[in-house]
Amino acid sequence: MGAHFGYLFAAYSIIFVAIFLYVMFIWRRQAALDAELRTLEARVAALTERSAAGGPSEPRSGA
Amino acid sequence: MNNPTIRNWLGFSTLALMLASLFMVFDYVPPDAEMGIAQLIFYYHVPLAWVAFASFGLVAIAGIFYLWLGDQLWDDLGYAAAETGMVFCTLMIVAGSIWAKPIWGTWWTWDSRLTMTFILWLMYGGYLMLRASADDTPQVARFGAVIGIVAAMDVPIVIVSVRLWRTIHPAVLVTKQGTHGLEDPRMIWTLMVSLTAFTLLWAWFLMLRFTQLRTRSRMGRLAGGIALATAAASDPK
Repeated sequence: MGAHFGYLFAAYSIIFVAIFLYVMFIWRRQAALDAELRTLEARVAALTERSAAGGPSEPRSGA
Repeated sequence: MNNPTIRNWLGFSTLALMLASLFMVFDYVPPDAEMGIAQLIFYYHVPLAWVAFASFGLVAIAGIFYLWLGDQLWDDLGYAAAETGMVFCTLMIVAGSIWAKPIWGTWWTWDSRLTMTFILWLMYGGYLMLRASADDTPQVARFGAVIGIVAAMDVPIVIVSVRLWRTIHPAVLVTKQGTHGLEDPRMIWTLMVSLTAFTLLWAWFLMLRFTQLRTRSRMGRLAGGIALATAAASDPK
């Protein structure tokens, strides 16, 4: 295709690899957010349970 | 912005247009007579520059609104735009550098446009380092908004630098004579498809990251509320 095909191929490969890596980064951030949300849900559930039972305190999770 | 249907539609449209643009670059558009095949990098370099500059413009707009209204929404939007802008700006510089090697014989030169672009990249790099290293406090958000606004002032300078100063960077879209340098209609079509593909890709990334940052902000407030409620419930009095 030409003398500079290597440069062309390198440029387009880097762009697509970087786009793929950024998608992976977003995906991992989403997984981390989901895990944080589950922790919050557990804390809310514990608080609600304790409030309904009229008990004194939940174990401090520190999360 | 938090609509999964729109996000999915945007994702699939982006993928289809990116594939179409690849086909056009490698099989449809003729290479430039002087530069040869390396000129085909232009069809991604220019859209990358467009979305990077649009992102940085959005950072400035979001920063102004954040300083004015103080709503966390604008800070989240500015942060998301700065991050996506930085991804595209980095790729624009890398693609341009790869094009420069066979055409100029060097990966990099301190030409006016390249230098101003590098300064732009450094300033938004500083913005992202600040946001990544400091806590999410209103003070940090205000400081970030100011950096975002000041840094965006470099965007018009980058754009007009090829006409203001002596430079070796080609002015293809609007030449010094006021015309464009794309003599074949297939070149214009390919550039249009690539521009649309990258604009959709930018919108998709921005939507995803903005939604995530909004969720994180809300969860932060919720965690604060839970901590307060827990403390009140554990209070022995």
